[in-house]
Order: sequence, then C-alpha cells, then structure tokens
Amino acid sequence: MSILINKDTKVICQGITGKSGRFHTEHMLEYGTKILAGVTPGKGGSKVCDVPVFDSMKEAVEETGCDTSIIYVPAPFAADAIIEAAEADIKLIICITEGIPTIDVLKVKDYLNTRTARLIGPNCPGIITPGESKIGIMPGYIHAPGAVGVISRSGTLTYEAVWQLTQRNIGQSTCIGIGGDPVIGTTFIDTLKLFQEDSDTEAIVLIGEIGGSAEEEAAEFIKMEITKPVVSFIAGLTAPAGKRMGHAGAIIAGGKGTVAEKVSRLRNAGVTVVDSPADIGEAVEKVIS
Amino acid sequence: MKLYEYQAQKILHKYNVNATRGEVVTDAEEAAKVYNQLGAKRCVIKAQILAGGRGKGGGVKIVETLDEVKEYTSEIIGSRLVTVQTGKEGIEVNKVLIAEAIDIKKELYLAISIDRSTSKIIIISSTEGGTEIEEVASKTPQKIFKEQIDPVLGIQDSQAHQIALNLNLTGPLLTKASNLLKNLFKVFVENDCSLLEINPLILTPDEEIFALDIKMDIDDNALFRHKEFQEIDNLSEDKSAESMASEAGLSYIGLEGNIGCLVNGAGLAMATMDIIKLHGGSPANFLDVGGDAPVERVTTAFEIIFTDSKVEGVLVNIFGGIMKCDVIAEGIIHAIEKVNIKVPLVVRLEGTNVEIAREILDNPDLHIIFADSMKDASEKIIKAVNDRK
Repeated sequence: MSILINKDTKVICQGITGKSGRFHTEHMLEYGTKILAGVTPGKGGSKVCDVPVFDSMKEAVEETGCDTSIIYVPAPFAADAIIEAAEADIKLIICITEGIPTIDVLKVKDYLNTRTARLIGPNCPGIITPGESKIGIMPGYIHAPGAVGVISRSGTLTYEAVWQLTQRNIGQSTCIGIGGDPVIGTTFIDTLKLFQEDSDTEAIVLIGEIGGSAEEEAAEFIKMEITKPVVSFIAGLTAPAGKRMGHAGAIIAGGKGTVAEKVSRLRNAGVTVVDSPADIGEAVEKVIS
Repeated sequence: MKLYEYQAQKILHKYNVNATRGEVVTDAEEAAKVYNQLGAKRCVIKAQILAGGRGKGGGVKIVETLDEVKEYTSEIIGSRLVTVQTGKEGIEVNKVLIAEAIDIKKELYLAISIDRSTSKIIIISSTEGGTEIEEVASKTPQKIFKEQIDPVLGIQDSQAHQIALNLNLTGPLLTKASNLLKNLFKVFVENDCSLLEINPLILTPDEEIFALDIKMDIDDNALFRHKEFQEIDNLSEDKSAESMASEAGLSYIGLEGNIGCLVNGAGLAMATMDIIKLHGGSPANFLDVGGDAPVERVTTAFEIIFTDSKVEGVLVNIFGGIMKCDVIAEGIIHAIEKVNIKVPLVVRLEGTNVEIAREILDNPDLHIIFADSMKDASEKIIKAVNDRK
C-alpha cells in the first residue's frame, strides 16, 4: 500500500504542451503513471505523447474521469490553474510550478478550504509511489518499492536521501516533496498523519530546512500522534541569518527558523536527527532493524 | 527584494499614509539645498542602506544648522556603516535622506507580514516601539499583539479598531489609527510585500500618527507584475557576485570559507555546505544552479565562484533530476577552458544521464578528482585543499 497515489491513480497534466510539461509527461508515462489527459487552453484536440489535450479541466475530467492533476503552468497563471482543477472536482492537485506570488497562494489556500481538494506544493518535486506511479519530476530509477515514507521540503536533497535508502535495499512506500515556499498546501503534519495511518509504512524520513516553524510544529505532532520511528535531517546549519537560501521559504529571520531550534525540538519528540546528510540511510537502517 | 526607506516612503504617500517628507541626496551641496528648501530648523539625516539598526549604528543624526547638514552628510556618504544587521564589514552609504525632524510623544511598533503556520496575513503591533522588537517579544511577550487577517476578506473595521485599542489609541485617534491600518494593509497587498514594518510608528504631541521608519520587502515571486520595482532593481548599484548570479538565473550567497560549492537544488546546496563544515572544512558559498540549467549557466556559475579570491577548491555536487548530469559535465569542460581553474576540483554526479557525464569527464588532463558520495566528496575536497598548503 501507499499514501495518496497508487497504480490506479488517473492523472491530468495541466500545462502539458509546455517544455517541462511535455518532457515530464514522457517520463511519467515511461514510469507507468496513468496520464489520461492534458490541458492547455487553446490547444484542445491536439496530442502530446499520444495523450489527448483538452481546453479546460472541466472537459478533461468529464472525458476521462481523472481525480488527480499535476501542474506545470508558468507562475503568473498557476494559482488560476489550481482553482480550475478544484472547480473541476480534482481531489489531489500537485503543483510543481516555482515562483507563484505568496499572496496568490494564500488566497488559493483560503479557497481550497471550501473544497475537498488537497494541494501538494507549490514549488515541489511531486510525489511517487515506487513501482506504481510517479507524479512529479524526480528521477524514477533511484526509488524502490518498500516500507519507508519520505517527506521533504526540498527536491534534490530528497533524491539524495532516497538514493541512500535504495542503495541499502530499503524501499519506500511513498515519497512526497511538500515544497520550498513559505506557504504550501500540504504540510509535514498532514503527511505524517497519512503515513501513520498507512499500514505498509514502517518508518518515516522527514527532511527539513531552515526557515519558518514547520519542523517545530511537526515535532509537537510527532510527540503526540506518531508511533512509527522517524529519522530526520535539517539542512542549513551553515546558512547565514537573514539570507534567503534559494527556496523562498528558507530564511532565518529575527533569530527564528534555525537548525539548532528545529533539531532540538525534533530530538525532544524522540526523532532520530542525523547531523550529516550522508547518514540518513544508515540511520533508517538502524531504526527498522 | 528590499526597498530603501525613501522608496518605501514614496509608496506610503501614494496611499495617504503620514510618512515624513524629505529628499534623498548624494552629496553635501545637494543636502544644503534640500535643507534650505525644507525651511525647518531641526532636520534628520538618515543613511540609506538596506539594513536595520541604523540609529544605534550612527546612521541617523538630528541637525540644526546648515554647517551641521554639510558636515554630517559629507562624513557619512562614502563611509561604511556598521549596525547589528550589517555584519562586521558594514555597508557603504551612497545616499542620505533629509527630512524635517518630528517631535515624538510616543513610539509604537507595527508590522504586516505572512504567517506561515496559519496561511494568513498577520498584523503585529506593540506599544514598545523604537527598540528591537525581538527583544520586546522575548522579555515582555504580553506587550506584543497579533491579529490574523483573512487574505481574501482583507482587514475588517473591527480588527483595525482592536489593534488601535491595543496600542492605546482611543477617542479621535481610534479612527485615525484604523484608517492608517487599512491603508497600510492595502499597501501590503497591492504591492505584494512580504514584510512591511514600521518602527517606530509615532504619535506626535499634536496627536498625529506618523510612520517614522519604514522597512518594506517585496515578494521576489511577484516582481513580474510590478514593473516599477523591476526598474528600481535595474538601477541598483549592487554589482556584487550575488546580483550577477541572480541576473544569470543562479542563486548565490557568498560566505566566509574557502571551498566553493556548485550544487543543483537549494536543499542539497545547503546540505553540501553543512557536510563540508561537519568534516572540518569551510564553505565559500551557497550556489544553486537551478533545475534546468543550460551549459552556459554552469560556466557562469564557475565564474561567479571564482570572483571570490578566497576560493581554494571547488566541490561540484549534482543529483540529476530535471538537471541532466551530462549538461553539468559539458559546463565543467567549458569552465575549465574559459576560467582556467587552478585549484582542486572534486566532482560528484548522480542521477539522470550520469553515465554519459562520466564518459565526458573521463580525461586525466582535466585533473578532476571524482567522488561517489557526498561524504566522499567533502572529505576529498578538504584533503585536496589542505594538501596544497
């Protein structure tokens, strides 16, 4: 089993005719993901990798019955694409797009509270259930099916962690990048809850970074609700205060959001926090043996 | 993107917010002219740098004569101002703002920002203005008030009233304060701010409310819909490696150490810095080449790393996803030709097209030290740099 997606998940790709939409549709299809439709307004009737393209989400959902979408739409139009997906009754919206204005994301989140749709991202690598479905931009081959759930605010650092697991023959149930922006749809806590409920997930890897207080809030939640072992690494020990480290959300501001604070709260909640990003795989091996 | 105080002031005026009126100048002659035009005896001269703590750092001065204006302006322009927020080296002052000095009865604090945990806009206020707000928050948290604002509904009258009451602004001041709050909220939303901080917000002896010092940060993600800020950005005199990098679509931040880093992805870039430190080395920079960098951008990344003369070795750590390893490999070859790399270069590649990349780089003349994991890479670069000494 897995969380949120599996081999039967039916997906629409929003922005399928753009450069990255096209590139990743090809790779997702190759992995076995069921992409049944694409949407680009004005390009309805065409095809990308043999996938039919529609002008609107409403039309695409009616024709294909999909309930999941992935968004590669450019930042100025991405918030609108999320709303269009939710309006068309999509239940899981994965937004890869980087650079959406924060105020737009606030408004979208507010709107989504009135719908049943779940948003993952924006500015995230997506989600993968190894061997079943890949809805995102991660390289598929580094993953292997198994029982470790992975949650992360970062993209390539997640690949690093997953690769360490796979090299040690430790497979993953589902891996989710929740995104590097200050305001995101699905949080660490939401995802922890899902992994706790998933009977096939035995351990959880949580990869955080400086900025905000999502790791601190996750620590509180883990203390109260999570009985499965959690291994964590928090990036940015060497990051100077007041500087945005690539991700819009990765900044130590007013003395808040430091690695030291996050690590101490997580350790206090019983989480195994490794100091070196190279030790994630080994730490997981220990907690599951 | 951070705005200078004088730029933020102009924006506030447009929204009918009482902010001091003044002019920005670059030398003593201009300063004297503005002082005469203002016609007020007591004026304030404020260094325009993008960092707080200017008052305590000596960047703000009250002047009462023309001689003082000239003397202080020529003294501060061209000097490096060191404040709690600038670091030891300080920031060079190129402009000062001259404005009429305003009498202060009471100093308050007001800030609007994004509350990441609740996904709302938050207004933070305090009766303890004019000081470091972090200090107030840790010593007397009961003096800090927070009001969550729904991003769609915007600020309600009742919320504005509550904030005013928290700040002891009652009677005729209640309406003044609540109008001010509503205008500031509009400034925040319409300009896509990530932070709008007024410290201090002051009450004058004749019961007026003034925004005395303004800090305004704009959400970089929203610059595409704000041409006015793009122009400010283009006029900026900032020719640092950081701004060069941002023009090239790279994310670069200079640090104190001697090991240059070239990484894809912000999280992995931070983790690479961390692991260098953990093994006893010291990173010279944060550098994220981005998800889909063409060969030229990789070459530019090397050039930017070498603008820092402290760099004695470079670690390339790439985990290919969207970024293909062979593109990085081509970029390395170009950089070696163009930049003439004289220091040790350790390369760790994994992910998409890694086999092709290894073939491209398989040439002893390139003097590349290969590593097969992050740990291996950090140990190898630290050893190589130490061996040269």
